[in-house]
Amino acid sequence: MPALIDTNISLSRWPFRRLPGDETSDLVRLLRKQGVTEAWAGSFDGLFHRDIAGVNARLAAECRTSGKGVLVPFGSVNPMLPGWEEDLRRCHSEHHMPGIRLHPNYHGYDLQHPEFARLLDLAGENKLIVQIALSMEDERTHHPLMPVPHVDPAPLKDLLLARPALKVQLINVFRSLSLAQLEMFSGLPDLFVDIAMLEGVGGIEELLEKIPVNRILFGSHFPFFHFQSALLKLDESDLGWFQREAITSQNAITLKK
Amino acid sequence: MSHRPDESADLNFYLTRRQWLATSGALAAGLTLSTSSLPAAEPETPLELGPPAKFEIWDQHCHLSGVEGKTAGERMDNLLKYADRLNIAKLVIYMGWPFATNPSAEELLRQNNQVLEAIKGREDRVLSYVYVSPEHLETSLAEIRRCIADGPMVGVKLWVAGRATDDAVDKIVEEATRLKAVIFQHTWIKTTGNLPGESTPLDVVALAKRHPSARLICGHAGGNWELGIRAIRAYPQIKLGIAGSDPTNGLVEMAVRELGADRVIYGSDAGGRSFASQLAKVYGANINDVEKQLIFADNLKAMLAPILRTKGVAS
Repeated sequence: MPALIDTNISLSRWPFRRLPGDETSDLVRLLRKQGVTEAWAGSFDGLFHRDIAGVNARLAAECRTSGKGVLVPFGSVNPMLPGWEEDLRRCHSEHHMPGIRLHPNYHGYDLQHPEFARLLDLAGENKLIVQIALSMEDERTHHPLMPVPHVDPAPLKDLLLARPALKVQLINVFRSLSLAQLEMFSGLPDLFVDIAMLEGVGGIEELLEKIPVNRILFGSHFPFFHFQSALLKLDESDLGWFQREAITSQNAITLKK
Repeated sequence: MSHRPDESADLNFYLTRRQWLATSGALAAGLTLSTSSLPAAEPETPLELGPPAKFEIWDQHCHLSGVEGKTAGERMDNLLKYADRLNIAKLVIYMGWPFATNPSAEELLRQNNQVLEAIKGREDRVLSYVYVSPEHLETSLAEIRRCIADGPMVGVKLWVAGRATDDAVDKIVEEATRLKAVIFQHTWIKTTGNLPGESTPLDVVALAKRHPSARLICGHAGGNWELGIRAIRAYPQIKLGIAGSDPTNGLVEMAVRELGADRVIYGSDAGGRSFASQLAKVYGANINDVEKQLIFADNLKAMLAPILRTKGVAS
């Protein structure tokens, strides 16, 4: 059984609808049925809850008790909250998470905010992978009382050039960033992207024209999206076995080392 | 019939451990690998590619935009290449390139000619609709005659030049209905605001009330599909097109629950959209295989059967 690592799933409830698979037991069953051997799980609760420490404690416990060895927790950190440094410390030291997931747009800051730079420094010191969600959904389908702009990742280039040891993954990338714009990050070897929001026929082939294969990660955005969307993209593009293996597992393994 | 959502999409790809170990050193060493620099080791066993061919799939919503090719024929062949990888049997295309939201009369002709060129010689794989606009009623009626009555096309595409409530649309729909053609109306209810000429599912409902015999497809499920499905629920004459939105979990389940599987029609909106992401809406839905087959092809075949018979083709 080859490894299949999904770097972009979420537990708990999407605030605006129930999703098939939003019970952890169902989610794990569906992922295992599809051959997923490991899934990096954030929490939808991390978008709006202010008790982030509670969100992360529940996430860690859920992954431990119901994850069946598949779920790996990625805690939320909101640098606009007082005392966010303690949340980050707990993710690393108490919950032993390999990384954290950020939602700058839902937490109300842009990537030029000084607290974001401090957060990157602390994450780097603790060798945490930093996942940055550029979007959660199409802006045209947001709840009308809750429109949230996409994250502009442009400031990341200078921030990451100044922090060469930091490992960053952008998730839900391509409603915020076009393939052409992705070239702005070409000199950053430790910046990774997932394929969850990649669109267009032969999308991965197109992506490979812009960035090397070792920076592409399998991510589904399940259960908000159907898991099969990411999986079928591997078949829609003409990928060799080596590219397939890199995207579906080896790049994630390398990132998490 | 009971069915779990994942049973129809067990997609396998296998690589032996030895094959991986033979090449993993490069990644471990942190090398940057481009497509062209990949080692050329041969797998020991062939990869198993593609989803299971258990469903016949007709894609009701494709375009020549968003796919490479200097000519319409090249674009069509490229689109079919990607469709083949995912076992899609037949494509319905409409509109040429570049996209024109409010095309001139001349542009309508030019784009319809691109589509005619694209389908030529590929009629066994591709069907097409004529692109029309209420802004150019006489040209649109003439194009319906040229492309449907006297040509190979089987439906009408109405996009965003004018809303379905426009009086001129009535003439278009009357003529299309007389020819037994399918009428595909793009719809969205955008949180960010619709274009001035962009229809909503409620506009399609109004159209259905005025034309109870019209074969109507409400495109994109209204985008905000929880609203779109509710809007058309009481009008069985209107089918729901599910193409061209994110592969959001729950769309198809709600559509089947509220409308019935026989009113839901698969499409992708390729080349701008991925075939994969749109197929996933049906493959991943928690509905049974009979319902999936209806959505993937059988509902569209039933809608097209009358006009295909007029052209001497059995669907």
